[in-house]
Amino acid sequence: MSESIEDIEIQLLLDAVYRHYHYDFRHYARASIKRRLLQARSQWGYDSISDIQSAVLHDENILPQLLNFLTVQVSEMFRDPSYFRALREKVVPHLRTYPSLKVWVAGCSHGEELYSLAILFAEEGLFERTIFYATDINPAALRAAQAGIYPLDRIQLFTENHRLSGGHSSLSDHYTADYDRAVFSKSLRERTVFSDHSLVTDSAFGEMHLISCRNVLIYFDRELQDRVVGLFGESLVRGGFLGIGSKESLRFSEHADLFAEFVREERIYRRSAQ
Amino acid sequence: MTLQAVVIGTSAGGVQALSQVLPRLPADFPAPVLVVVHVPPRLSNSLVDLFAAKCRLPVKEAEDKEPLAPGTIYFAPPDYHVLVEASGTIALSSDEHVNHSRPAIDVLFESAADAFGPELVGIVMTGANSDGAQGLRAVCAAGGQGLVQIPATAEVATMPEAALSACPDARTMALERIVPALEAMIAR
Ligand SMILES: C[S@@+](CC[C@H](N)C(=O)[O-])C[C@H]1O[C@@H](n2cnc3c(N)ncnc32)[C@H](O)[C@@H]1O
Repeated sequence: MSESIEDIEIQLLLDAVYRHYHYDFRHYARASIKRRLLQARSQWGYDSISDIQSAVLHDENILPQLLNFLTVQVSEMFRDPSYFRALREKVVPHLRTYPSLKVWVAGCSHGEELYSLAILFAEEGLFERTIFYATDINPAALRAAQAGIYPLDRIQLFTENHRLSGGHSSLSDHYTADYDRAVFSKSLRERTVFSDHSLVTDSAFGEMHLISCRNVLIYFDRELQDRVVGLFGESLVRGGFLGIGSKESLRFSEHADLFAEFVREERIYRRSAQ
Repeated sequence: MTLQAVVIGTSAGGVQALSQVLPRLPADFPAPVLVVVHVPPRLSNSLVDLFAAKCRLPVKEAEDKEPLAPGTIYFAPPDYHVLVEASGTIALSSDEHVNHSRPAIDVLFESAADAFGPELVGIVMTGANSDGAQGLRAVCAAGGQGLVQIPATAEVATMPEAALSACPDARTMALERIVPALEAMIAR
């Protein structure tokens, strides 16, 4: 089929956002970007994607809202508990051998993955020797991650996930409950650097021992996935660990040979020695 | 016509209903078949095994960035939406639930309609909600074929009824007729 007008408009909008704001969505998986832009259009009552383009170019206040459509903020603490259990049982014993540790949570969204790791590291006695880097491109998400406040009605799920992950503290030790929100304790983030970092356009910034980047790669096309996997390779110490989402894989990546499968079912990889 | 893909959506009663359809597909069926069933996450893993044992076509869970292969049945993985890219590859997403579901039928159908236009068949079967209705409408609007299980024969008629009211052009049929109808479309 020839390219539809909508597809042309989407391409032009993404080009415009990149040229004016340097946010690069041009190699995101197009089908979900399209779905979300059509949602934005109907929610804002515009007739076309071109109207969004015009609005975002002429009014900087639109950009944060557009970012909320272009990036997906869905997460939960200890999401896929078996992943965290595998980190605890299989990766932590290796991490213990290092005197100091760096952990990168790439695409940290509202911080659920970061707090999960911080709690896990505290439970395993590694917290004091670790620096966490939590990065995202969405400034609103980073602010939420820094605040560490979640609606109380999500806590039951988080608690259950935490238990299934093999947690040996009580999740309630780590937050205080308001009438409708749970505020996670400041000490959990005192060793975290929050920063704006794009996996698409920014480079490596340190030698990590563990990178956890779950459900971010699925939003990229294959070419961009390759770039990011290469970036992770550069960012890890030899023998360092990479965990990705439970339905993601390095199988289709050209840098797959930088990594060896470490816990196959949980998509935990290890940076090869060479 | 060349049939680029078949997409199927079903919910309550779906496993039974699919058992009336998928095993009937012949070993030389030329198009990929993508299936969304709403079931609790743990069960949907075992769907692949269940149908692999019954079907002549290979059955697998859809993987991110996987190119669609002819004559392969793909099930949506638990807790992820499945989309099809214009290039004919699969893209998973962990976006919000749609119609209270993840995977959602609408998400698969709308993206497939976009990717394949008239060379797509969308099929909606038994279920107790209205997921798939907007999706089937998109399939028909793009020139594709809509097939809906005759509501009276469905274990739960809500989903077929919703699909029909959103997409009146769709043809209704009994489950046994679906595979012969697909074969007839290919032969033409
Ligand atoms: C679906 S969320 C995943 C959250 C969390 N990692 C998890 O699995 O629960 C995807 C996150 O990736 C972020 N993201 C998208 N593109 C990015 C990029 N180029 N660089 C860094 N983060 C990005 C989004 O802002 C969003 O917070």
